[in-house]
Amino acid sequence: MKSPADRHVLSTGTAVAAPHPGASLTAVPVRHPWRWVAIFVVLMLAAMLVSTIVTNPNFEWDVVGKYFTSETILQGLWMTLLLTVLVMVLGILLGILLAVMRLSPNPVLSGASGLYIWFFRGTPVLVQLLVWFNLAALFPRISVGIPFGPEFMVLDANALITPFVAALLGLGLNEAAYMAEIVRAGIHSVDEGQTEAAQALGMRRSLTMRRIVLPQAMRVIIPPTGNEVISMLKTTSLVSVISLADLLYSSQIISSRTFQIIPLLILASIWYLIVTTILTMIQSRIERRYSRGNRRADPDSLWLRLWRNLTRFHTAPPSQAPLSETGGIR
Amino acid sequence: MTDATIPMVKAEEVRKHFGRLEVLKGITLEVGRGEVFCIVGPSGSGKSTFLRCINHLEKVDAGRLVVDGELVGYREDGGKLYELKEREVAAKREQIGMVFQRFNLFPHMSVLENVIEAPIRVAGIAKAAATERAVQLLERVGLADKRAAYPNHLSGGQQQRVAIARALAMAPKLMLFDEPTSALDPELVGEVLDVMRNLADEGMTMVVVTHEMGFAREVGDQLVFMDAGVVVESGRPRDVLTAPQHERTKSFLSKVL
Repeated sequence: MKSPADRHVLSTGTAVAAPHPGASLTAVPVRHPWRWVAIFVVLMLAAMLVSTIVTNPNFEWDVVGKYFTSETILQGLWMTLLLTVLVMVLGILLGILLAVMRLSPNPVLSGASGLYIWFFRGTPVLVQLLVWFNLAALFPRISVGIPFGPEFMVLDANALITPFVAALLGLGLNEAAYMAEIVRAGIHSVDEGQTEAAQALGMRRSLTMRRIVLPQAMRVIIPPTGNEVISMLKTTSLVSVISLADLLYSSQIISSRTFQIIPLLILASIWYLIVTTILTMIQSRIERRYSRGNRRADPDSLWLRLWRNLTRFHTAPPSQAPLSETGGIR
Repeated sequence: MTDATIPMVKAEEVRKHFGRLEVLKGITLEVGRGEVFCIVGPSGSGKSTFLRCINHLEKVDAGRLVVDGELVGYREDGGKLYELKEREVAAKREQIGMVFQRFNLFPHMSVLENVIEAPIRVAGIAKAAATERAVQLLERVGLADKRAAYPNHLSGGQQQRVAIARALAMAPKLMLFDEPTSALDPELVGEVLDVMRNLADEGMTMVVVTHEMGFAREVGDQLVFMDAGVVVESGRPRDVLTAPQHERTKSFLSKVL
């Protein structure tokens, strides 16, 4: 490091040594006057928005606060989370199966998978939910037995298809169609040479898939799957049409009693935002893990930096963390 | 099992077609033990396809292809060839190392992990022993200090040397090289050829598809020139390269030399 005085001496030295006409010119970056206009407009709009949110009494923030952690809402939140997890597990497992079927050389398997994907992606998920909910109208009794042969067990469809089961089937089977396409694209993205190299080393197909192809496909599969989870969290709100007490339906239960519709919608939105924010942070971390060895890895995202800072705060206070380890000095 | 008198690779009238296109129109040749066998020819001549047949990455349609006294990918019984099960094919591939034009290192694994993957998962060697051997091999190709690096952070020449170490880790009796220097920048070709030259000096049997005529002349024991799915000419590299007998060979060599 040179002190400012050193630099001064150095620069005068060069100026003397090379007295060409360009030596004393300074570069002026291009000016952006319109940026300042844009900043002003955006800040003004933001101030107006904050002002009306705070001052307009119709928002009824006290009501939001009152019910924010009430029993009904928390139960609804739990139902939303449970449904999201179960639906995604069902969707991912069925999706992998459909993707492998789709890539199979057997035309019947790949055709069946294609037909499934075509149907479940081609009809609205809301319609599918309603059909599953009303399955009893289509099949009053559901039996287990040998196809076209004797029946071992007969079940009443009305008792079997509860709102929860209908929601699970409706959302899960729909999600599987989307996941199948994501998994298929992931497997396709891995270079054929990887499989050949693994086989040339004596690795069998299952081992090649597990150790070589799928870990690389994950890099392509995980980001859209994260999006699917976040999207599913919000899509589960559709189940309020079949009277399943999720987060949205629970807030509607309260507002139908108190007629405070807007504050309870705000309340539900805040909970959705909290959960999606956490999910986004988890997604960034997982993506990071699977981009190992990839030269073109994205720079650290805002979420990741936030997450690191939060977790570091827990393990060691920043003052004690050695600077070299955090990369503070470059 | 290892009979020193039988050739390492023996091909008799090997044929292969993709759809209606016949890529190999009856290849007959013999690779002796410890020999460096070079295959040259224009692109589309079938030389890479033939190489890939040797470890059954491509299936032979007709003819016999025998490695170390055993048929590749098939079992002969009562005048018919039965294709082997995946497990049996994999077991034979373990003994044949292959190096690809585009390296095909596993990008999600470090250099060391690339080299120890097959010894641990396929050969069932303990991790400590596999690591020890991998480090020795990486030292041999001059990359022991890169063991923790990921393939994408290495130059092409370094990647190809890791790929050679990875293939050697399975202690193969035969090494196949599919244009190992064709994807490299010119100044990186030498380091890969040096490793191959050392390997040849140690007595490894090698089948090399290459465009490096200098290497073929210097290191090769035999050379065949292939064109349009047939062997046009074969012999000692020096003879074929300096005094080609066929017009096709002459015109090809005049373009590449």
